[in-house]
Amino acid sequence: MSDTTAQSGKPKERAWYEPDAKLSRRHAADRRLRIYGIAAIVFALSMLATLVGTIAITAAPAVTQTMVTLEVEVPEGAVDPSDPRGGSYQKILNESVARIFPEVDTPRELRELRQIFSNGGQYALRDKVVADPSLIGRTFEITFPLSDIGDQLHKGEIDRNLPPDYRRVSDQQIGWYDRLVAQDRISAPFNWGLIFNADSRFPELAGLWGALVGSFYALLICFLVSFPVGISAAVYLEEFAPKNRLTDLIEVNINNLAAVPSIVFGLLGLAVFLNFFGMPRSAPIVGGLVLSLMTLPTIIIATRAALKAVPPSIREAAIGVGASKMQTVGHHVLPLAMPGILTGTIIGLAQALGETAPLLLIGMNAFITAAPDSMFNPSTALPTQIYIWADSPERGFTSRTSAAIIVLLGFLVCMNAIAIYMRKRFERRW
Amino acid sequence: MTTLDTTEASGMIMTKTAEDTGTLAKTATAARAGEHETKISASAVSVFYGEKQALFDVTIDIPARQVMAFIGPSGCGKSTFLRCINRMNDTIDICSVKGKIEIDGANIYDPKIDPVLLRARVGMVFQKPNPFPKSIYDNIAYGPRIHGVAKAGSAMDEIVETSLQRAGLWNEVKDRLHEPGTGLSGGQQQRLCIARAIAVNPDVILMDEPCSALDPIATAKVEELIDELRTRYTIVIVTHSMQQAARVSQKAAFFHLGNLIEVDETDRMFTNPTDQRTQDYITGRFG
Repeated sequence: MSDTTAQSGKPKERAWYEPDAKLSRRHAADRRLRIYGIAAIVFALSMLATLVGTIAITAAPAVTQTMVTLEVEVPEGAVDPSDPRGGSYQKILNESVARIFPEVDTPRELRELRQIFSNGGQYALRDKVVADPSLIGRTFEITFPLSDIGDQLHKGEIDRNLPPDYRRVSDQQIGWYDRLVAQDRISAPFNWGLIFNADSRFPELAGLWGALVGSFYALLICFLVSFPVGISAAVYLEEFAPKNRLTDLIEVNINNLAAVPSIVFGLLGLAVFLNFFGMPRSAPIVGGLVLSLMTLPTIIIATRAALKAVPPSIREAAIGVGASKMQTVGHHVLPLAMPGILTGTIIGLAQALGETAPLLLIGMNAFITAAPDSMFNPSTALPTQIYIWADSPERGFTSRTSAAIIVLLGFLVCMNAIAIYMRKRFERRW
Repeated sequence: MTTLDTTEASGMIMTKTAEDTGTLAKTATAARAGEHETKISASAVSVFYGEKQALFDVTIDIPARQVMAFIGPSGCGKSTFLRCINRMNDTIDICSVKGKIEIDGANIYDPKIDPVLLRARVGMVFQKPNPFPKSIYDNIAYGPRIHGVAKAGSAMDEIVETSLQRAGLWNEVKDRLHEPGTGLSGGQQQRLCIARAIAVNPDVILMDEPCSALDPIATAKVEELIDELRTRYTIVIVTHSMQQAARVSQKAAFFHLGNLIEVDETDRMFTNPTDQRTQDYITGRFG
């Protein structure tokens, strides 16, 4: 045929299966593109690993808290059994410290000695006696935190080889600490206080409880407001609203709302909720309301996408058997869209959990030493607590800030994992 | 033999044994189709999608308890007209309908008519089987439940059983009523959808290419079912298959470019069409 004659005419012509230069260039471009992609992913992952790794390494010392165990004698007269809160516990504690270090007697030395022990010791003792007033008049052991410098010393964060003027502990303090170690009075258990204590000026006493409760209340408010409002808005826009210029405008503005910087929402909260409505400053309820403004567009957009993903055949089926519009949406479309809606909601809430700027503006970065009793009490939130601690000068806060970041990241990862799980679990094939 | 005498039986519900459905004598019924009362009467129906007119002045009478097939090339307006009969087009924002469609003498586009009630009387089966992603039982029970026909319990169980039996699905699914309807095969799903439409006790069943997503065996079963159902219901079916129209329908209407060209006994239309376009279409010259 014609091709055989062509081949015999030009015997040098390549067979169809032999690659030419252009083809190998095309393949080379393919390979390059793949390598660029892999390189980009490796770069991104290594940055993430560096970030998390650095935080984890910095946070490591905060995993344990150095504690000291002392024998304490609470004399009969020192504490009134009918009002155990009123006792002078610092004095009792000082006396038991003096029993271990009887040679220390000058006021300057005594002050230095007490610097090793946490200021919180007296409260630990008081709480123990209040919980069990029968301890009055007896001698018992009490374990409480060492102070920041004692903690740092124990964790090796303070270099003993430096000249005394260059470190925060004197040689004498090091000697006392070593004596406590020798007497086996020092222990370093897991740092539960980091989670179950409220904030404090002293790093060894500071914990995240107040921030956790504050964040919980704020997220609760955020969910209670943005979830129903977001779903109603999305259902109306997607299923009922006529398609006209007004709804187009609304749609564009909802998308814009999602892109508004969070600090602007903070200013809005400050102006509207605090100044105009006179709501309590620093309270989780205000934080939650501000966060719900930010979560709302996320939920609306996710809900609309989920509603759109429900195939029209289901709507037709429902309408075909005589369901009203509301029944079609309520019985069929919304339940089928729910996994998508919940996924979007959790992601929106995770975003809200990590949001800092708007909370700063409404005062949730206040120094508050007790967890809030209700959503109307002043409180901090996890990200603002991190912000406060990152600003604090004490060495102990360095590791605690990182530990708090790990806690926050842990919550975010959990929430996102739940979202992914739900998406996988409820994924439907039509 | 079954004594399927439509003349005698017109106006009352007939019962028919299940055997020899395939050989059901269409010839006999078709010849007497003229004696069927009119169930649906459309006059000068025009449909617009926005500016575009999709249907031009369709006037047609659809007889009760027969199968009427709408045939015609794609985009000819047959599905559009079908969806006018239960006001499914209401759900499309830009769609507007002019003219009058009467069912048992009542204009369904009268503002006093609630489309929800209309759709309970005029069931619909769609091109692609679309069971709800719920159990087989709930698929059937949904319609009666929302219309308050029956409360949950034995009354509902009975409706579910009857509907599935009429749809010829009962024996296949009676042991797994609480398994998801989406787990059935395509043909079973389509019969489930038919059972779902029957469950609300309609007079009319509209079918929009009910077999186009099914294999030939499932198609045969559905066609058999349609033939049985016509003893109780007025059926309007849109189909692309000439053979299907010939097999299941007693009357046929040919649509072309939004116009109703010809309505006739199916046998007569396929053997002796009056219009040249019908002739061209059914002989496969276009469409």
